Amino acid sequence: MTYEDKSAIIQILHVHKRYGPKSALTDVSLDIFDNEFLFVSGPSGAGKSTLLKLLYLGERVSSGYIVADGLNLSRISRRRIPFFRRKFGIVFQDYKLIPGKTVFENVALVAEAVGTRRSIIRKKVSSLLRTVGMEDRAGALPPSLSGGEQQRVAVARAMAGNPKIIVADEPTASLDPESAGVIIRLLRQYQRLGATVIIATHDMELIRSTGGRVVILRDGRVESCAVIAEPE
Amino acid sequence: MIYFISRTLKDLRANFFLNSVTVITIALAVLIFSAFTLLFVNADALLRFWLADLRIMVYLKNGTTEASIREMQEKIRKIPGVGEIVFIPKAEALERFRKQLGPQASLADGLSRNPLPDALEIQMDSASQNWDAIEPAAEQIAAFPGVEDVEYGAQWLSKFIYILHLFRLTAYAMGGLFFLAAVFFVANTIRLVLYSRREEIEIMRLVGASDGFIKDPFYIQALFMGMLGGLMGLGGLFCLLHFIVQSTGAWIPADSFHLRFLPTQLAGVILAGSMFVGWIGCFVSLRQFLK
Repeated sequence: MTYEDKSAIIQILHVHKRYGPKSALTDVSLDIFDNEFLFVSGPSGAGKSTLLKLLYLGERVSSGYIVADGLNLSRISRRRIPFFRRKFGIVFQDYKLIPGKTVFENVALVAEAVGTRRSIIRKKVSSLLRTVGMEDRAGALPPSLSGGEQQRVAVARAMAGNPKIIVADEPTASLDPESAGVIIRLLRQYQRLGATVIIATHDMELIRSTGGRVVILRDGRVESCAVIAEPE
Repeated sequence: MIYFISRTLKDLRANFFLNSVTVITIALAVLIFSAFTLLFVNADALLRFWLADLRIMVYLKNGTTEASIREMQEKIRKIPGVGEIVFIPKAEALERFRKQLGPQASLADGLSRNPLPDALEIQMDSASQNWDAIEPAAEQIAAFPGVEDVEYGAQWLSKFIYILHLFRLTAYAMGGLFFLAAVFFVANTIRLVLYSRREEIEIMRLVGASDGFIKDPFYIQALFMGMLGGLMGLGGLFCLLHFIVQSTGAWIPADSFHLRFLPTQLAGVILAGSMFVGWIGCFVSLRQFLK
């Protein structure tokens, strides 16, 4: 299937984002396709994180439109944002795990937030921790884990709500190459199950070794867009 | 719900000192407010006890004829709230006086003539044994021709009622102040807990937790603190009253007025009020914090 045949799950149309007088994104237009593995790359300050935040309503656009899964994000009220966010799984560079909660509790939080029954949560979290290879550390607290392990827990948490889209902001920036490889493999595995995965990274080597579509941002504008073949 | 309760208990344990100070503040506020309420309840009961036994004594002018007395009785009977009317001739009044003097009854023998006037003793019917009915009835009777004087304990009873009103106003003012102080304490406790967990709340919001999911454990915590403070305050007052009754019981006659605790319904209202204090404190904090 070519990119032309795919339907867009997210449409970004002439989006501008300003912080006071400073412009973070300028006239960005982009279609993100269903079941796509997309890298957003570019140098520091190019607007990668800002673009991702606009997608899960961590920020609002200054002008332009974003339509995600059929919803115009400008029209979503503050009260509806939590429900909209459940379409997303979010992975952060600094993991954002709750230090006082165990690995199990951190992953379970998403399912609890949407009111899933406890017996189902138990099965689901155990299965996710097995997938990311953390089942032995279910009772551990995040500060006792390595960076790679914490990020694997964060990926499990992102998957816990069965989101259609996973957004990962520099998920491998703080990790050694081996751990980074594990995280990317996990995200690729989830994308193969039918989801869309969007990763912001400035690591071109990682992009080349993984393959997928890459959008390069520079000074808040889309500079180029290319498809890199997945290595054999 | 199990999740909310377990999170609430965790929070209560984690901020034990802060929560204890808040609960004690609420308990003190409830104790002082309830003590005032208890005072009213008992003062009100005491007033009713007195009023139930209260009679209007109408002293008649010397030389009032039997026909005039009968006519006056008819007019008095028409006054709303008037129950039984008994005519006490001056001779009977002197006899009663002798009985009241007891061993000193011989003192009355020295009188050259009976100085007591004829009188009418009026008892209000059971529905009108209250100050609002007695006072206007007495004033109306005092204006009848042939009436020398009317006595119904006006001076001391009106003073008692006046002091009761003053106490009531003071209690409202103090209740208001304590309410604000307790709300302030709860709001600050919840605010500190919110600040200590701001990162967790931020993460919860990012993973799609609704406002209700984030707020509900705080509301449960605040309601629980309010309830605990209310129970402690009411319990403290109960023990205090029990102690007072035990210490004074020996010198209060069995058939006279007895102190009693707040009616269950009123205690329930105070307990609900203390829980409301917790809720409103939490509401104020969450509103500011999650804006």
